[in-house]
Amino acid sequence: MMAEFDAPEKILAAAERAAAKGYREMDAFTPFPMEELTDALKVKHTKLSLFVLCCGVTGGLLGFFMQYWMNGIDYPLNIGGKPLYSWPAFIPITFEMTILFSAIGAVVGMIFRNGLPRPVHPVFNIDSFERATRDHFFLCIEATDPLFQEEEVQAFLESMEPIAVTPVKHVPMREPDSYEDFKDL
Amino acid sequence: MADQHSQHSHSGFEMPEPLVAPDQTYASITDKISGDVIGKKTPRGMLITLGVTSMFILVFVASVYWLLANGIGVWGENIPVGWAFDITNFVWWIGIGHAGTLISAILLLLHQHWRNAINRFAEAMTLFAVACAGLFPLLHLGRPWLGYWLVPYPNTMWVWPNFRSPLIWDVFAVTTYLTVSFMFWFVGLIPDFASMRDIAKKKWQKVSYGILAMGWRGSSRHWHRYETAYLLLAGLATPLVVSVHSVVSFDFSVGILPGWHATIFPPYFVAGAIYSGFAMVLTLMIPARKMYKLEAFITNRHLDYMAKVMLATGLIVLYGYMSELFFAYYSGNGYESFMMMNRITGPYGWAYACLLFCNGFTPQLLWFKKIRQNILVLFIISVIVNVGMWLERFVIVVTSLHRDFLPSSWGMFYPTKWDWGLYIGTLGIFVWLIYMFVRVMPMISIFEIKHLLPWRGRRIDTSADAE
Repeated sequence: MMAEFDAPEKILAAAERAAAKGYREMDAFTPFPMEELTDALKVKHTKLSLFVLCCGVTGGLLGFFMQYWMNGIDYPLNIGGKPLYSWPAFIPITFEMTILFSAIGAVVGMIFRNGLPRPVHPVFNIDSFERATRDHFFLCIEATDPLFQEEEVQAFLESMEPIAVTPVKHVPMREPDSYEDFKDL
Repeated sequence: MADQHSQHSHSGFEMPEPLVAPDQTYASITDKISGDVIGKKTPRGMLITLGVTSMFILVFVASVYWLLANGIGVWGENIPVGWAFDITNFVWWIGIGHAGTLISAILLLLHQHWRNAINRFAEAMTLFAVACAGLFPLLHLGRPWLGYWLVPYPNTMWVWPNFRSPLIWDVFAVTTYLTVSFMFWFVGLIPDFASMRDIAKKKWQKVSYGILAMGWRGSSRHWHRYETAYLLLAGLATPLVVSVHSVVSFDFSVGILPGWHATIFPPYFVAGAIYSGFAMVLTLMIPARKMYKLEAFITNRHLDYMAKVMLATGLIVLYGYMSELFFAYYSGNGYESFMMMNRITGPYGWAYACLLFCNGFTPQLLWFKKIRQNILVLFIISVIVNVGMWLERFVIVVTSLHRDFLPSSWGMFYPTKWDWGLYIGTLGIFVWLIYMFVRVMPMISIFEIKHLLPWRGRRIDTSADAE
């Protein structure tokens, strides 16, 4: 069940009241990020940072040992009589590799964990949803919520001064199954 | 006395101009910024610019063709000046890129919200500047089609690159910088592509922006992860941008040549990079703002801030020049002091004098608020600073090389028309790309501007029913 609002403070109030009433399977669609709304919807904190840390460590180790192995073991290069294991000279590339891997991890992790690219989604069936990226704010209470009762939810949402309340057809708001394995990343 | 006091407090607590003009709403922001791209005919000024820069691109193509057909002998550089325009231009372009990352990453971490109006444009500038920069060392290779030899890949020659050389550090630093800048720019664009998709009327526009938006729908869960990723990218790009120009400066300072072998180089190069980059942002943004009438988003306050950053970094650069002078004197090294005297009074003394005028004197005008608020003067200053920073790299590269330790091997460098052709050609490519970007993509971050509109003062209290 999707309610459409025309002001950020209205959707925030609606989300806070819905959470207080015990609804959990909710999502909001807004034209810009609203940290307050994320808190109100009790969105689980993302573990993306941890993933990025792992990527960075991998990149750094790979970068360092790549240089050591290539210039010190596989094809020993004597440059100006420096020792083969001249680690200070390897630091710049180690650093760049750390950054490169972390950044790729952050972007790829964000996109795939968000289930994108996903050009077709039930919420796009709502006619006015085009305004979700412009100036309207949408709150969706899903049928999968244990407390979901169609009339009750509709009545609740209508009491929150929305512009419209519309049922969304075929809305499993969960991410597709293939992403389930990484659910809480 | 009382009168004076009240007057003072009045002017002292002047409200700053808001970052977004007060009559803007969520809808008007989207309609203006995306409407400029899809609903509007190309402004005449832009058509002229694109036409002129296209001619520059032809010059570029001719210069590259002539270079590849004949080898780098068509350039004026020769021993002892084995590095001239190509490295000067490389360092100059990379430096210009740095302001984009500073604006988008460092100012984000420092909560400087005014960046939201200019970060997209500056990031695009970074991307195109780094692309132009990369061309120069690649073409200087002599056989650029073997450029992939720089990358460590298993090969039939059974050799690996020498990782103790600053030149290979450059390869890694610049490619990483290009990749990260691209990702930062693209990630910032995803929600705006969605806005464009939803506002577009024509089918092909809807489909093109739709593909780029990847089905973004503005879900709170997505925003949460998005913001985390964006912040992480900013945190990663910040040390990266400092490292890139430091690595570029290592190309010089690791060598033992007087005029290059200085520990001040990394910080001095990074400051110079940001300085020239802000100058380039102003040079490009002042006309674009006028052409697209963006005064509601890029206010005079934004220009004022950018001018102040330019002044601050300009002072650091000036400190770098002074410390070079001081070290030449204080080291007591004959070669060092000769290099400095030669730089000031030698055959390239005119370049050093112009450099001091452009980078030492000109930015001092920015101390005055009147000048910072005068758009035309600001534009002229930014152009002068760009010239000055180019001269700085020229002075460092050429005057240090042309008279080194042995007087018998001294020489001079004179650029040929192909040197100039390639340089002017990349200028054409750069401006062309920037204006094409402005034409087809939102040049201001739509969602980040919306974030600046105040609504938090109007919160509805729901604490009562939580209990």
